[in-house]
Amino acid sequence: MSEPLILGIESSCDETGVGIVRGTTLLANEVASSVEEHVRFGGVVPEVASRAHLQAFVPTLRRALAAADVDLGDLDGIAVTAGPGLMGALVVGIAAAKALAAATRTPLYGVNHLVGHVAVDVLEHGRLPGGSVALLVSGGHTSLLRVGDIATDVTEIGSTIDDAAGEAYDKVARLLGLPYPGGPVIDRAAADGDPSAISFPRGLTGPRDRQRHRFDFSFSGLKTAVARWVETRERDGLDVPVADVAASFQEAVCDVLTAKAVDACAAVGSDRLLIGGGVAANSRLRGLLEERCAAAGIALRRPRPGLCTDNGAMIAALGAQVVERGLPPSPADLGADSGLPVSRILV
Amino acid sequence: MSGIVLGIDTATSVSAGVAAAGRVLATRTLEGDRNHVEQLQPTIDAVIAEAGISLSDLTGVAVGMGPGPFTGLRVGIVTAQVLAEALGVPLHRVCTLDVLAAQWERPPADFVVVTDARRREVYWARYRDGERVDGPNVTSPGLVPAGPGAGPGAGLCAQVESSPGAPGAVSGGVLAARASELPDPGAVPLYLRRPDATVSTRRKSVLVVPGRRS
Ligand SMILES: [Zn+2]
Repeated sequence: MSEPLILGIESSCDETGVGIVRGTTLLANEVASSVEEHVRFGGVVPEVASRAHLQAFVPTLRRALAAADVDLGDLDGIAVTAGPGLMGALVVGIAAAKALAAATRTPLYGVNHLVGHVAVDVLEHGRLPGGSVALLVSGGHTSLLRVGDIATDVTEIGSTIDDAAGEAYDKVARLLGLPYPGGPVIDRAAADGDPSAISFPRGLTGPRDRQRHRFDFSFSGLKTAVARWVETRERDGLDVPVADVAASFQEAVCDVLTAKAVDACAAVGSDRLLIGGGVAANSRLRGLLEERCAAAGIALRRPRPGLCTDNGAMIAALGAQVVERGLPPSPADLGADSGLPVSRILV
Repeated sequence: MSGIVLGIDTATSVSAGVAAAGRVLATRTLEGDRNHVEQLQPTIDAVIAEAGISLSDLTGVAVGMGPGPFTGLRVGIVTAQVLAEALGVPLHRVCTLDVLAAQWERPPADFVVVTDARRREVYWARYRDGERVDGPNVTSPGLVPAGPGAGPGAGLCAQVESSPGAPGAVSGGVLAARASELPDPGAVPLYLRRPDATVSTRRKSVLVVPGRRS
């Protein structure tokens, strides 16, 4: 088999994704999002997301097949997110994938969502050379990974010890009276603000933290510092300069993310950094990364924003890498693992 | 229903069966009410093999739309939807409680079907002369009408009498055989409960240090 035709299914959070790839070529990437249904709750409600997955799956599948102009009978394999993610949401995609694999008599591969965020880049920039560092930032995850081989060798070198970066954005947005999800609205509000107006703390960057948590992140203290600053202003009867708070908060987040990512490249001896996850679409993160990577002689690889957020193409892309290496399909009793470690690329 | 139909239900435990021209060829119902996603497809494969057919021989897929605990329930529904879509055959939807009622060969004139809704509640429906006259509902066990009952939750209600011949577990085979005679409950699963979620309200102050309990 030269270039396997793989259909990928993603349902770990609030996006129902079906993607189709041939090797490293993207053929379709259809996503149905339930984000609107979560807005009034200020965050993803697992049961609401799971109900939406069930409703959206077959229509999304149809759209993907039509967009790629392929028949189910042409597929060489089905890949699906096995974890990590919301249990009730994961289960919908896995059951659908199993049924599709049975009906089309093709092998099924349960793969890791986080590794999918890295693998998706092959669709844009071609196969990954070994020995890269990847920074994953989204509402659900913030980690630094060492990628030896995308299908067989990924290790986590650091992750958040409390909130994910995207979660911190959501919480600060709420504090400033801005809507959910917080990432894009804070990014926009920050454009008119002064990033050096307020000096917010940079979590786990002190000399002592650098020993135990050199590549880990913490955003909980930052979120509390923003809350305390805003409340103190309000208590003193002063206006809250939303743009300056947003810009200063965003600067603190992006400063830590980029500094640690560049430091990880140096430690691993890699001259390549990949970024993925919804927050990778953030304009300041992107700008600061470009600046610091250029200064450190690191080549930055970033998929376009549409591929950074959760989608089925990233799962199909990883599935194709797994198939190309001749790895065995998943067992018939494949289940969901909400806490799947990143080192388990194929379940 | 003519042709060969696959019946699937995961509203309680995992059940799958195959029927041809209304006659059950194979049926399996697993013990326990967990691990639906792990066990359903292998159970389907087993009944397909036992019936001596392949998936491509199917002319229809029938599925129980609940009521049932949500995560397990969705496994059966999405599986049936995708199989019907991929095989290009019609999907028949039924109320799971109606299937249990239909499984009772010589039922009393008036009875209830009860399943476990967890959180100390039950799903139930009442049948009279073969018709569903109340439900499906979700209530505490004490609110289920007294009298003869069937279903895996009947034992949770003191006032519901166990009766000889009353089915205790869903049969995917009977579901497949009888689906075309039963009413279609619609495309939305019979959740009967809203999602657990609270609309976000005012934020908590971080300036006030909450009192600590010793
Ligand atoms: Zn993700």
